[in-house]
Amino acid sequence: MGMIHAEELVYEYDKRDDEGNIIGTERAIDGVNIDVPQGSFVAILGHNGSGKSTLAKHMNAILIPSGGTMWVDGRDTKDPEELWNVRQTAGMVFQNPDNQIIGTVVEEDVGFGPENLGVPTDEIWKRVEDSLRAVGMLERRKDSPNKLSGGQKQRVAIAGVLAMEPKCLVLDEPTAMLDPNGRKEVIQAVQQLRKAKNVTVILITHYMEEVIDADQVFVMDGGHIVMHGTPREIFSRVDELKSYRMDVPQVTMLAEELRRRGLDLPGGILRREELVEALCRLR
Amino acid sequence: MSIALEHVSYVYSPGTAYEKQALKDVSFEIEQGQFVGIIGHTGSGKSTLIQHLNGLVKATSGKILYEGQNIYDAGYDMRKLRGQVGLVFQYPEYQLFEVDVLTDVCFGPKNQGLPQEECEKNAREALELVGFPEKYYRHSPFELSGGQKRRAAIAGVLAMKPKVLILDEPTAGLDPKGRDEILDQVQKLHRETGMTVILVSHSMEDVARYVERIIVMNHGEKMYDGTPREVFRHYRELEKVGLAAPQVTYVMHDLREKGFPVSPDATTIGEAADEIMKCFEYRTGESQ
Amino acid sequence: MIRDITIGQYYPAESRIHRLDPRVKIVCTLLFLISLFIQNSFLGYVIATVFLGAVIRLSNVPLKYIVKGMKPVVILLLFTVVMNLFLTQGGETLAHFWIFTISENGLRTSVFMAVRLIYLVTGSSIMTFTTSPNGLTDGLEKLLHPLNRINVPVHEVAMMMSIALRFIPIILEETDKIMKAQMARGADFESGNIIQRAKAMIPILVPLFVSAFRRANDLAMAMEARCYHGGDGRTKMKPLRYRGRDRIAYAVTLIYLVVIFIVGRYIPFKLWVF
Repeated sequence: MGMIHAEELVYEYDKRDDEGNIIGTERAIDGVNIDVPQGSFVAILGHNGSGKSTLAKHMNAILIPSGGTMWVDGRDTKDPEELWNVRQTAGMVFQNPDNQIIGTVVEEDVGFGPENLGVPTDEIWKRVEDSLRAVGMLERRKDSPNKLSGGQKQRVAIAGVLAMEPKCLVLDEPTAMLDPNGRKEVIQAVQQLRKAKNVTVILITHYMEEVIDADQVFVMDGGHIVMHGTPREIFSRVDELKSYRMDVPQVTMLAEELRRRGLDLPGGILRREELVEALCRLR
Repeated sequence: MSIALEHVSYVYSPGTAYEKQALKDVSFEIEQGQFVGIIGHTGSGKSTLIQHLNGLVKATSGKILYEGQNIYDAGYDMRKLRGQVGLVFQYPEYQLFEVDVLTDVCFGPKNQGLPQEECEKNAREALELVGFPEKYYRHSPFELSGGQKRRAAIAGVLAMKPKVLILDEPTAGLDPKGRDEILDQVQKLHRETGMTVILVSHSMEDVARYVERIIVMNHGEKMYDGTPREVFRHYRELEKVGLAAPQVTYVMHDLREKGFPVSPDATTIGEAADEIMKCFEYRTGESQ
Repeated sequence: MIRDITIGQYYPAESRIHRLDPRVKIVCTLLFLISLFIQNSFLGYVIATVFLGAVIRLSNVPLKYIVKGMKPVVILLLFTVVMNLFLTQGGETLAHFWIFTISENGLRTSVFMAVRLIYLVTGSSIMTFTTSPNGLTDGLEKLLHPLNRINVPVHEVAMMMSIALRFIPIILEETDKIMKAQMARGADFESGNIIQRAKAMIPILVPLFVSAFRRANDLAMAMEARCYHGGDGRTKMKPLRYRGRDRIAYAVTLIYLVVIFIVGRYIPFKLWVF
């Protein structure tokens, strides 16, 4: 069993009419099975409302499954005894940078998690310093979060989770509200972390460029997992992806267009060097 | 029939510790009916710039002429200007407040002093223009999906029947399909109504695909102003200021370096594919 | 406009006063305020002036900045002075015109009241200028900790205060954005009578509340995800611990309090009417 393991996961919520009476139930997640091995980088793609964020919230026991089971590092998230262990094991970063920073000073925000865990003061300081260094924000430790850019705020949020020493990092659309530079910053910080600390990373996103380095990609639609494979496998199925309101990186799209016009290119080209190389070979 | 900026500068909180020059001597003219993209990274002054165009922010110095008249003239009707130069802010769904979508879209025309029936007529037309489904007209705007909220909010500005539509990052936070849908709708609207459209965006790919002219802002100054081809020719300089050309532009440059006789000016997938195919057809022609 | 108000804001700087434990600053500010009310003599105010001057000097907060903070209380100040000047009678009459009489006591009370009010505001602003919002809430939490025993949720209240402080600038910015967005749709906030103006606020208030609730929801989730579960079993990154300098500050303030009390009460000294 991997770091994150879900079997036949179902999440239902009540639908209510204007008076608040229950008129039925809606399934946000419907029979999802996934397994994320320790130390791997997994991306979950899906349009808005596909259930990907709901799934992410199960990994941190913010939501408890209505059916099936979610295990985090072997712990059942349904077990109230394990709640705080689960939350400490799988740290979560959310979409809106402003709405997840609690402290009025960067370092105090990063210290918030360890404080909650009851970590001794000296150890908190050490963790705060390490975490801020790991995301490249150490020199801004005394600043107010309001003075930071969106990308910097998200890096602080990541540091805040890191300071809890999680084994797994769940990033729920961390770049959706950022500009291209901010997105790059955050993704680079995550990549470096993976190398340095060997944490498992689960990235939920709808920016295709961010997932090309993932070990596995899951695509969600209507609460189901509809596609699963390596980025190359997923991105070679352009039409299928488009039917799920997804896109492919522009380079992949160009390669696909050239294939359609009769050039003999391999499917699932992800990077521009690959495309240039493939075209050179054709010459 | 145009908007013109003449040497516009803007300084934030002058005389305090927070003083900051947000715009430096910006001049340009946008003709009626153009589809213009404004790009620049966060803090480049592009948001401040568009807020000048409908008089929400007043320039520290310089002139803004709308249809030949200086909007800073005494007695100039700012509210009328705001009806003609419609500005849709980033995440516009955060401005929705009425009990249902139709009433919310009527807010603009009502502020223009139109009678009730005409407000509703304009609101319906606007909702149709953005492709908002009629069955949701009487729904609360807070119950809609992200994409629908965005459409309703854009309709809220369109209902004032502006001659110029300014959109600040209209696709922020939407999924890929939602992004394409909104931009396709804007393009359609531009073609059908002949409205001037000014699109502020971070996405070079989007800008390259839709607009006919790009204005690049950097540190409060106009850096480039031209067709997408002209502007993306400076891809190295753009990169230095934290921007980038569309991915295909890079592919074309890489291919040229490898000796392919392609024009590096292609900025969209279609153009790039045409160029690349040309050189393969040329080769097959040669070998025959 | 809103940003011009410096009262109650933190002025980041390095100084001996900044480094003091927030509890010391809260308690000593209270003692200082008390000292202004237990005496009413010329010498007493001289001592208070010396004490306050020394603290300002030590705090490295520019005097200009403090004076700017007085702006919002100017009207209140003028009102107090004028009322006391004309309404307090007794002693020799100093001036008289039409129905107004300025008496010795009137002049004396109004000047002392003005000084008292200025020192009151200055004294408490020095505390907020030199203590970060978090320090302030931490200090209050620790000082009020005994109230826990009578079921006052001290930790929760302190947490709410610090979250409020973090979100005030964000909400202000958001108000500005929503206001502009509605103005772009032709909304008018400047003209009309009071009722019309109040009605014009609806398009701002509704989105603002919707967004505030969304933020609150997000924040609560983010806090839970980071294992927040109230004050029990929580450790502190910056625990409050009294040091030598804090004890000295307490001692100095206490000495000041005693001196001002004795001098103000038992040493008669009069300069003209004061």
